[in-house]
Amino acid sequence: MHRLTLAQIARGLAAKDFSAVELSEALLARIGQFDPQLNSFITVTADHARAQAQAADARRAAGENGALLGAPIAHKDLFCTQGVRTSCASKILDNFVSPYDATVVEKLAAAGCVSLGKLNMDEFAMGSANESSHYGPVRNPWNLECVPGGSSGGSAAAVAARLIPAATGSDTGGSIRQPAALTNLTGIKPTYGRVSRWGMIAYASSLDQGGPLARTAEDCALLLGAMAGFDPKDSTCVDQPVDDYLAALNRPLAGLRIGLPREYFGAGLDPRLSDAVMACVEVLKKLGATVKEIGLPNMQHAIPAYYVIAPAEASSNLSRFDGVRFGYRCENPVNLEDLYKRSRGEGFGAEVKRRIMVGTYALSAGYYDAYYLKAQKIRRLIRSDFIGAFQEVDVILGPTTPNPAWKLGEKSSDPIAAYLEDIYTITANLAGIPGLSMPAGFVDGLPVGVQLLAPYFQEGRLLNVAHQYQQATDWHQRAPEGF
Amino acid sequence: MALERSDVEKIAHLARLGLDDAELPRTTETLNDILGLIDRMQAVDTHGIEPLAHPLEATQRLRPDEVTESNRRDAYQAIAPAVENGLYLVPKVIE
Repeated sequence: MHRLTLAQIARGLAAKDFSAVELSEALLARIGQFDPQLNSFITVTADHARAQAQAADARRAAGENGALLGAPIAHKDLFCTQGVRTSCASKILDNFVSPYDATVVEKLAAAGCVSLGKLNMDEFAMGSANESSHYGPVRNPWNLECVPGGSSGGSAAAVAARLIPAATGSDTGGSIRQPAALTNLTGIKPTYGRVSRWGMIAYASSLDQGGPLARTAEDCALLLGAMAGFDPKDSTCVDQPVDDYLAALNRPLAGLRIGLPREYFGAGLDPRLSDAVMACVEVLKKLGATVKEIGLPNMQHAIPAYYVIAPAEASSNLSRFDGVRFGYRCENPVNLEDLYKRSRGEGFGAEVKRRIMVGTYALSAGYYDAYYLKAQKIRRLIRSDFIGAFQEVDVILGPTTPNPAWKLGEKSSDPIAAYLEDIYTITANLAGIPGLSMPAGFVDGLPVGVQLLAPYFQEGRLLNVAHQYQQATDWHQRAPEGF
Repeated sequence: MALERSDVEKIAHLARLGLDDAELPRTTETLNDILGLIDRMQAVDTHGIEPLAHPLEATQRLRPDEVTESNRRDAYQAIAPAVENGLYLVPKVIE
């Protein structure tokens, strides 16, 4: 049962081949058996899952048949879940039991999803390796010595290891697409504002966006359809109808114009990944796509701009964790300043503190223009590059990452080396456009991801291209040995 | 311009982050590496370019001035480190 995709589960539940209760019990048993090797879950909510599964079976018996009714999932531990610890993988929120549900959690629960628990991640979603979690690193099921990517590393590892068919994630600079690439999954970061951020603990508010990770584009379409939509509680959420993503899947690719940015294939890209990407392009050409080279000349400035904007917004967002109203408080504070400083100093991990300090510096008196404003101007240049490119092509294609998964610890002592791994993904966050990563082969037994980017609100097009590719290839069906 | 140890102490104070003295040399070094990466921005010509705050250039939505939230003080204070009579407790601020 654990090998089934969400689409297959929907058919199995509708045909009464199994019940939602049987399915969730089977997956809870698998989590108990395999997660000790992976550390992908921070909290398993077995009782809560059983209650949701029973309710889903009862709704089905009463005549409902929604595609996600009884579908098992799990949430990245930055989505607030009422009555369940929501830690953001940080010591500072280790004791935080959320008094409310995130909109995404509420919408998926209303659709009938059964949540099996909360998934490990980089602390406050800051990282590309899932090594900064207070609850320990997550391991990649394709090679337990390797990282699963981050920050949605627990989501990726759990889905790749067939512990759950799909999971929620969030993407501020690549945190859905990069771990999807490193674990042979399909993951989509929607257009900024497409999915509500209400109750999704903020990292960088002008970049953060929630989305699904699953094993197929079809499953991502199913989940995204339920997650997306206007929410008056998120002031940046966009009031625009949600496309029918499932209906979009079957459009033929004849005439699709694909752009290959020359900047994506330069120095720094492992040539074996380049070969895999070009092989993917050949498949898409056979399906009727045409290909042309394009330029995104400002891409090279994206990392410096990102590492100003994201830490600046983080330093502001994370000021709420002060040991007063919720979360960790230090022992025996001598005065209020000591309470703030020690609660935060002891509660946050090293990478989070680094980014808060970079952001605080960038926003401090006399530096605002040179850093934050300058970065926002570069952000406009990057967006203009994309708008220009999309005059000529329908989607942009390239590698999701410059390298396959690396060994645990290999880059943890050098933050800059880890930051550079984000090079292909962060431009989509800066521009706010949607991006998807899909499986496209293997190098030394480790998965390779291809990234597709599209104009604003064309999530349906991305899912369509990935689905058509997945009808012609079987990379996405490969499972890691032992799982 | 490289940050000195005293700059890092000042930033940590502004951010209300307690740092151990032992962490300071390494933190200073790492922050300087990161600022070196960031400073590559300064070579980009952005003359006449407007800053982009929201990718879709959206402005803040307004809503009718109505009470929409219910009072959930007890639920919120149940997760607080220290409360008394509906108030959050912190160390004495005024002598």
